[in-house]
Amino acid sequence: MSEPVSAPVSALNGASFQGFATIREIGPLGMITLRAKGVKALDKAVKAVTGTKLPVQRRIEIKGDRACGWMSPDEYLLILPYPEVAEALAKLAKALAGEHHLAVDVSDARAIFRIEGDKAADVLRKLSPVDFERLEPGELRRSRAAQVAAALWAQDGGFTLVCFRSVAGYVMGLLTHSAQPGSEL
Amino acid sequence: MLILECPYCGVKAEETELSPGYEAHLKRFGPGSSPEEFEAYMFARKNPKGVHFERWRHTYGCGKWFLAARCTATLEVFGTYPAQVSEPPADIIAKIQARRPGWTPDGKAPK
Ligand SMILES: [Zn+2]
Repeated sequence: MSEPVSAPVSALNGASFQGFATIREIGPLGMITLRAKGVKALDKAVKAVTGTKLPVQRRIEIKGDRACGWMSPDEYLLILPYPEVAEALAKLAKALAGEHHLAVDVSDARAIFRIEGDKAADVLRKLSPVDFERLEPGELRRSRAAQVAAALWAQDGGFTLVCFRSVAGYVMGLLTHSAQPGSEL
Repeated sequence: MLILECPYCGVKAEETELSPGYEAHLKRFGPGSSPEEFEAYMFARKNPKGVHFERWRHTYGCGKWFLAARCTATLEVFGTYPAQVSEPPADIIAKIQARRPGWTPDGKAPK
């Protein structure tokens, strides 16, 4: 007898908050951590999965619902539709066969938030030691949100923030508190 | 607040994004070394008032270890550099000497 396959559920089941900015937990998104450095076929492998070019230092390349972010000199974050992760891993394995690399499905290990509205940056300014005046379009910034690691970038007039799933509730609490009406900077 | 630029990702990270790794350029003495060498490796640390070389980890960022040259008295940062070196690179030494004339890596008078 086969077990029914349960549908994927994001960390907070799409929780949202309306303050002076809108906070939305989104997902689930497909996410793959790809570690490789100086590998010839890397450009092609990433393109096959996200349709983007390989990002340079501290950049994220976005194309529709796919993206590739530069996380460190030997680490990339690939974002794609959740149901396509297995196929993407197979593509990566094929494209990088024989090359020293590591590709892991981290979709269920992450939580992802959208912070939207004219003053969205104010929500994050209170939480991260990041100079948002200097955050460039297409720049992926790894930092912390209060006490936990987070990666964020500007996208579609707001910000996207990724953290570990285990701290999703904590981060939602931070974002909610920071977006309280009347607490704009 | 100490701000160090991570040489791997170029982020000007403030202290709370970093973890300290203490003295840089230690030479490891393991099996086969004398007790005195091992003791010095384990416990003897420089504690200068002035120019100092340290290891730092960009914990809330790219996760890499890097090295920094700074002044413990004034918190002036002379520069940061990748950790894959066994001694401070020439450009870092030049930057230090531009700010601290007469300073040499080994503490001896310049030739
Ligand atoms: Zn870094």
